Amino acid sequence: MEARQEYVQRFGIFPRILHFLVIISFLTLAVTGMSLKFAAQPWAEIVADVFGSFRVLGVLHRICAVITFIYFTLNLFLVYQNWIKSGKGLVEFLLDKDTTLIPLPQDAKDLVDTFKWFFGVGPQPRYGRWTYWEKFDYMAVFWGVAVIGSTGLCLWFPEQFTRVIPGYWLNIATIIHSDEALLASGFIFTIHFFNTHLRPEKFPMDPVIFTGVIPLDELIHERPREYEKLVADGKLEEIKCDPPPRWFVIVAHLFGLTALAIGLSLIIAIIYTMLFVYI
Amino acid sequence: MARKLWFLVLLGLVAAGATPALALTSDDCLDCHNDPEMTTERNGEEVSLYVDGDKFQASVHADNGCTSCHEDAEVAGDEHPVPLAKVDCGNCHEAVAAVYEKSLHGKAVASGDEYAPRCYDCHTKHFILPATDKRSSTFNLRIPFTCGRCHKEGSAVTKTHDIPKKNILKNYSMSIHGEGLFRKGLVVTAVCTSCHTAHNVRSHTDPESTISRLNVVKTCMKCHANIEDAHIKIVRGELWEKAPHKVPACVECHSPHKARRVLYEDSMNDEFCMGCHGNKELTKIELDGTERSLYVDLSAFKHSIHKKKRIACVKCHVNVSHENNPVCKDSGKVDCSICHAEQAKLYEASTHGMLYLKGDPNAPTCTECHGTHDILPRRDPGSPIFARNVPDLCARCHREGEKAALRYTGTQHEIIKHYKMSIHGKGLAQSGLMVSATCTSCHTAHSMLPAKDPRSSVNRDRVIDTCAQCHLGIAEKFKTSIHSPLVTKTNKKLPVCIDCHTSHTIRRVDMASFRLLIIEECGNCHKHETETYFETYHGKASLLSGGERTAKCSDCHGSHDILPTYYTESRLSRKNVVETCRKCHPNSNRKFTGYLTHATHHDKEKYPYLYYTFWAMTSLLIGTFAFFGIHTLFWLPRSFRERFKRRRQHSREKLFK
Repeated sequence: MEARQEYVQRFGIFPRILHFLVIISFLTLAVTGMSLKFAAQPWAEIVADVFGSFRVLGVLHRICAVITFIYFTLNLFLVYQNWIKSGKGLVEFLLDKDTTLIPLPQDAKDLVDTFKWFFGVGPQPRYGRWTYWEKFDYMAVFWGVAVIGSTGLCLWFPEQFTRVIPGYWLNIATIIHSDEALLASGFIFTIHFFNTHLRPEKFPMDPVIFTGVIPLDELIHERPREYEKLVADGKLEEIKCDPPPRWFVIVAHLFGLTALAIGLSLIIAIIYTMLFVYI
Repeated sequence: MARKLWFLVLLGLVAAGATPALALTSDDCLDCHNDPEMTTERNGEEVSLYVDGDKFQASVHADNGCTSCHEDAEVAGDEHPVPLAKVDCGNCHEAVAAVYEKSLHGKAVASGDEYAPRCYDCHTKHFILPATDKRSSTFNLRIPFTCGRCHKEGSAVTKTHDIPKKNILKNYSMSIHGEGLFRKGLVVTAVCTSCHTAHNVRSHTDPESTISRLNVVKTCMKCHANIEDAHIKIVRGELWEKAPHKVPACVECHSPHKARRVLYEDSMNDEFCMGCHGNKELTKIELDGTERSLYVDLSAFKHSIHKKKRIACVKCHVNVSHENNPVCKDSGKVDCSICHAEQAKLYEASTHGMLYLKGDPNAPTCTECHGTHDILPRRDPGSPIFARNVPDLCARCHREGEKAALRYTGTQHEIIKHYKMSIHGKGLAQSGLMVSATCTSCHTAHSMLPAKDPRSSVNRDRVIDTCAQCHLGIAEKFKTSIHSPLVTKTNKKLPVCIDCHTSHTIRRVDMASFRLLIIEECGNCHKHETETYFETYHGKASLLSGGERTAKCSDCHGSHDILPTYYTESRLSRKNVVETCRKCHPNSNRKFTGYLTHATHHDKEKYPYLYYTFWAMTSLLIGTFAFFGIHTLFWLPRSFRERFKRRRQHSREKLFK
């Protein structure tokens, strides 16, 4: 083993807990929901049999819906906390090009440069703290929770909602809920998994979201703009830290790879169904 | 005018004078005999010579006068011979007397039987009234009392005479005839004389007797004129004429005095048969050389219905005859149809019967199911046709692998096994309900035919009525539903009970297996509705384990009372739909029922909102995946290169260190 690598803190405990909640709830929601959406498939039957009954699936789905609403709220609280810490105005804070997760013009430029790099006609873009695909991931959850969450509530409390909305809107809500969920699962289990974990540079997974730390090398290499900013602000020393304990890395890998395996199995089943059963 | 009157008076006087001075009038006799205390001594006993004048004057003989019967009293002067000669009614009633003379009563008189009844024993002496007079001892309502004076149980006659029937009066009074007389006051009911005649009373063994086996049918038919028609179900009518010895006479089933079955004793009684057949070693060598036991186990017969009804051996084995030796030689098979004509007719039209007539050796005959000498009534738990035993009885041939199952080519298999697991089978075997349907409840006992035969009780067109034998309420409901041919006139196949409930695997409707089957059953005809059902929540959930709980076709549409929504009585009519949803969704409201339970986003015409929503969402999906798919695809080779580059960098760094 080479000399002790230097590590820096990327995620605090709060966002890591939030992501953990996302994994737990999202995987459960996806597995239970997709089993109902694809109820006619043998794999869905197996899932229902394992859990005992579709009613168990329904209860788990609703519990995880509540977890989702909780992490959604906690995330807003986290944003609020960061805003207070930054000491800036709200708009200024939200559009701060170094820290914001809101896509900015720089991200469009990065996207174009990235494609150039893919084709070998330019160097790898010098990404900041959040790459454009990471920002997309984040915003997708925001959008997804809003859409799936609201339609899901309609389906959860149809008798109460139909005091206001017409009954057939429930049918529309069903389509939106399930297709948006298909989009979300499909995206997370393929695009997000690849971008973050499965692409050859990170394969089989990037444990940073569990350990919270990355080697300094990696920061310099992958997010040079953030590194430079940290150096310029003199904050690099502040976030330098010890490498994660070995047991924690192992646990993180076990957990992360399990989640990956579940997600991938589900998406393979879905893709198989869409390709060979529906078409 | 005055002259004419005088002439008539004169004529009257002459006529009065012409009457013989000797003639005694009744009044003359009654001058003495109307005294209640007038007695005489005869053989040391005091005998009353009293004649109630008023009664005599009311009797049929009043006008004849005393001397028309007591001829020897017709003497001049006061004294007539004492005692007077016995009155001979035959002087006037010649024909009756001739008949009477040959009757049992007449012969008894001739033989000097002191109990022998004479005319006056029944008709009285001086108070003889017409049989139509209610006071007469021969008036219909009074005849049993008149005859009963001698034939009442315990009387001197019954004690001293060997009369085969006992307790005649008591039995008669409890019989249908006696009941008609005593309780209903019917003057037309049969009394003693209706069958035995009034004067020609003879023994039943006398071929001339009205109650002999040869004549009794005729006797009964005096009143029961159309009785042949009434018995067509029980007795093969034509036999009454062609072979009366094979057919029971009325009294063999309807006992003379008590409407119970008592057989005439004749020389070929059961003891006679058992003389040989009680021997365990009795065998017969058949034509093919096999030896067959002819032993009859009387203990089995003892409990049988035929023993209880006192059917003698020869009533079934009719071809025994004294002309043969032994009497039963070549008597052949028993023909149950002699008495069970209707059942035999049904049997012959059934698959079993048709096979038998074709000479199929496997065809079951009466005895296969009912037994032979040990036949028990259907309600006896020991009988093979007792409800609980029927499935096993039929299983002897219809169980998979047995002879009936082997020749069967239809679609029903493992019927016995399935039946036993069905609600009917469990009801019978586990719950012990003897009213549960068994094989014969649906297939009938004697008319079983394949379901495709239009006459079969389980034919599509008749099975509703068959099920309605027990499930009448359901059948009535069904007949008002859209599935009933009474409501829907169509050439298409309408569903019947067995389409949804199956025939042999009928289950409780609240069981998961049945609830899941409903969709399939309805889907046989309502394909589109079923497909779209599976596109909505109820349908999808019903595919998963525990899915039997979600709403199935019948939960919303009803089952036997199913009607299209445009019927007010439909469960899904505007009037009822909120309440129907409320069964599962307690807060159901008008708008809630607007949920499209059979919606599909593939139907642009019918559900444009769903169609466009679906395609908008799908476009979003395709768009996102297309972009990121391409993004990933191009990233992949670059990422590989990046990884190798870094590895090389690492090894170079190591090298330089």
